[in-house]
Amino acid sequence: MLEIDFGQTDPVVGIDLGTTNSLIAVMDSGSPRVIAGADGSVLVPSIVSLLPDGSTVVGEAARPLLIEQPERSVYSAKRLMGKGAADVADELSLFPFHIDPSSESVVRISLGGKTFTPPEIGALVLRELKERAEADLGTTVSKAVITVPAYFNDAQRQATKDAGRIAGLEVLRLVNEPTAAALAYGLDKRKEGTVAVYDMGGGTFDISILKLHDGIFEVLSTNGDTHLGGDDIDNLLLRIALEDIASEWTRDLSQNGSAVQTLRREVIRAKEKLSFAPVATLHFEWEGRTYSRDIDRELFNRLITPIVDRTLGPCRACLRDAGLQPEQIDEVVLVGGSTRIPLVRSAVEVLFRSKAHTDLNPDEVVALGAAVQAGILSGTVENQLLLDVTPLSLGIETVGGVVSKLIARNSTIPASATETFTTSVDGQTNVLIHVLQGERELMKDCRPLARFELKGIDPVPAGFARIEVRFLIDANGILSVTARDARTGKETSVEVKPTYGLTDAEVEAMIQSSFENARADLDARQVAEARVEADTILAALDKAKRNDAYTDLPEAERQAIATALNQLLLVYHSDDHRTIRAKIDKLNHVTTPLAENMMNTAVRGALKGTRIE
Amino acid sequence: MPPKAAVVVRLLPDKSDPKRYFALFDLPAKLTLDAKDLEQRYFRLSRQWHPDLFARKTDPERAQALDQTALLNDAYRVLRNPLKRAAYVAASAEEAKPQAPPELLEEVFELNMALEVLRLGDQDVRPQLEQQQQSFLAALQQQDRELEALFPAYDAGSASAADIQALLNRRKYIQNLVDEVEKALHARN
Repeated sequence: MLEIDFGQTDPVVGIDLGTTNSLIAVMDSGSPRVIAGADGSVLVPSIVSLLPDGSTVVGEAARPLLIEQPERSVYSAKRLMGKGAADVADELSLFPFHIDPSSESVVRISLGGKTFTPPEIGALVLRELKERAEADLGTTVSKAVITVPAYFNDAQRQATKDAGRIAGLEVLRLVNEPTAAALAYGLDKRKEGTVAVYDMGGGTFDISILKLHDGIFEVLSTNGDTHLGGDDIDNLLLRIALEDIASEWTRDLSQNGSAVQTLRREVIRAKEKLSFAPVATLHFEWEGRTYSRDIDRELFNRLITPIVDRTLGPCRACLRDAGLQPEQIDEVVLVGGSTRIPLVRSAVEVLFRSKAHTDLNPDEVVALGAAVQAGILSGTVENQLLLDVTPLSLGIETVGGVVSKLIARNSTIPASATETFTTSVDGQTNVLIHVLQGERELMKDCRPLARFELKGIDPVPAGFARIEVRFLIDANGILSVTARDARTGKETSVEVKPTYGLTDAEVEAMIQSSFENARADLDARQVAEARVEADTILAALDKAKRNDAYTDLPEAERQAIATALNQLLLVYHSDDHRTIRAKIDKLNHVTTPLAENMMNTAVRGALKGTRIE
Repeated sequence: MPPKAAVVVRLLPDKSDPKRYFALFDLPAKLTLDAKDLEQRYFRLSRQWHPDLFARKTDPERAQALDQTALLNDAYRVLRNPLKRAAYVAASAEEAKPQAPPELLEEVFELNMALEVLRLGDQDVRPQLEQQQQSFLAALQQQDRELEALFPAYDAGSASAADIQALLNRRKYIQNLVDEVEKALHARN
């Protein structure tokens, strides 16, 4: 019966590429597990900083740089995925994104003199996660399932796939975040029934309704807002605080990048505290001055009510599309950090008339679900199957600027549609096929996805040409188009160029340059890590010298420690992490007896006064 | 001269095989069907064909799984919904054209008058419109019941595809009216 060689399969990882934080998870003997980094945290903040030497810093290490060098740092770049320069104009007043003037169909972010597209920023975060998994698993990682907000459109999905390719990952599947959460939840709880997933993260909001039945996860409907999340709450509080400070200090700090980022950090701290405390103090120090303001839960709730209310419309639309009443929802699963806010929880419970489910960590559940989907694709998870839907209707422009819908929103994917087109002018040999995504009737209100020309049609009177165009949405929610002249049977080759995407050549070039930078980045990072480790041991030794155990050491051992210490200090600024590490190891080695002595002293101290019966 | 936008011609279901969607589920081309049974068949076929199960297979096998599953999903979407199912079966007769039911003509006339009055800015007509909307919603439900009754008749051979098409045309007319009133009532002045 044995037919598969299990030993040779590459691990497929699951990645939650989030607006605020990103995570990576993997299937581990039947259960999904999130992978922690060297710092013990499973979250990688989606922050990227460019150092003056051209190398990049990602994650927690980039957080201080966001304040020290805001013009070299970027966060929440997921908001820009698949966007054109004109799309993001209104973001710029709220985010310190420095959009390069050369941006056209794809946004380019300036970071200290270099420009990056959003997929390249995403790729840097993905590479960080990939290395984390490789260190944990002790093997190379080249295949991944990546999650996206359910309400992401085609261009945003393409951009996420591009980010994976640039990071050296084959993206086996894009999975919608709420669906991934349902997968982790359903597998964990062995649930059956109708479940709503309410996913409010840093930058995006999704609501999905699923039917869980015998291992099948059938999405009935989905809705959302790709510009709604914790960021909006932060920006609101930040704006209020800046105005408050301006009137108190008669000084406008809103143009000072470092001040804004410092205040933003304090605002987030206060917001997070208000999730479990009735009052939080917003405390901000800047250039010797101090601003302090108490915010109680009631005021906080009043301020954020309009933001929380914005999630309710999509929830009602989602119920309507599923053909369900709120009472028919068995449970609501909460996903995303913003669902820790009590007002969000109570709003959800009022709307769905059911208790919100919070057993699983709302930060981790999406990554865990991505790992489960990775397991399904690699064959290690059996009998589970996701049937997802496309969030937005797809259509084409027809005469008069009206959109003719070919595939309706909430259609189960893969989905296809074939329509026949004809010409409107006598002798017309080319027609324009303009593909749009959205729910509105008019072209100008929908999102342009792609436009292409069908050429070489026989010049016949208007209305006589017959061109069959087939739309196919794959399991990732990504569209492809093929065309055929039905009169002649001739296949017409169609090149669909996404309006807001990178070309293949651009992605290839980015992959190339990312490999070239990877080595330099890795070196720089290892040096930085070695120095952090050196700092730790130097600080510990400093403290130990005041301990009795140190004075009790024989002179020779204290001498050996002093020598090793000096050697480490000498190489501390070296650019070679191996040199630094070697000296750390040496110092570690000679301080072992000291550490043991200290331990014994501590144990004796602890035992003193303890009666053993 | 820049190319003109295309004109869409709604394509009728593949006339060469109007039973294709039913055949996919190994079901006879009948309008009455058991929703639970259809769902079971759909889940079973999804477990056989879904692209997720072909992730480690060759490119041609994966492409086939994608096409097959897209077709399966398209078919399920049509067959699970009684209106779409009826339209699919009847479409071989002729395309759906909204048609006014004669018995409703008087009411339709009154409704259009009221809509015109509302458009001219007279808000007093709202209660009347709301009441008429209810009446047309009831008519819509009546059509649905008639359609449901037609299903076994069609399956038994005592009703034709043209009968179903005629009913769908009437239903579409009423649906359009309901939508129009809905839009007018909720439009910002």
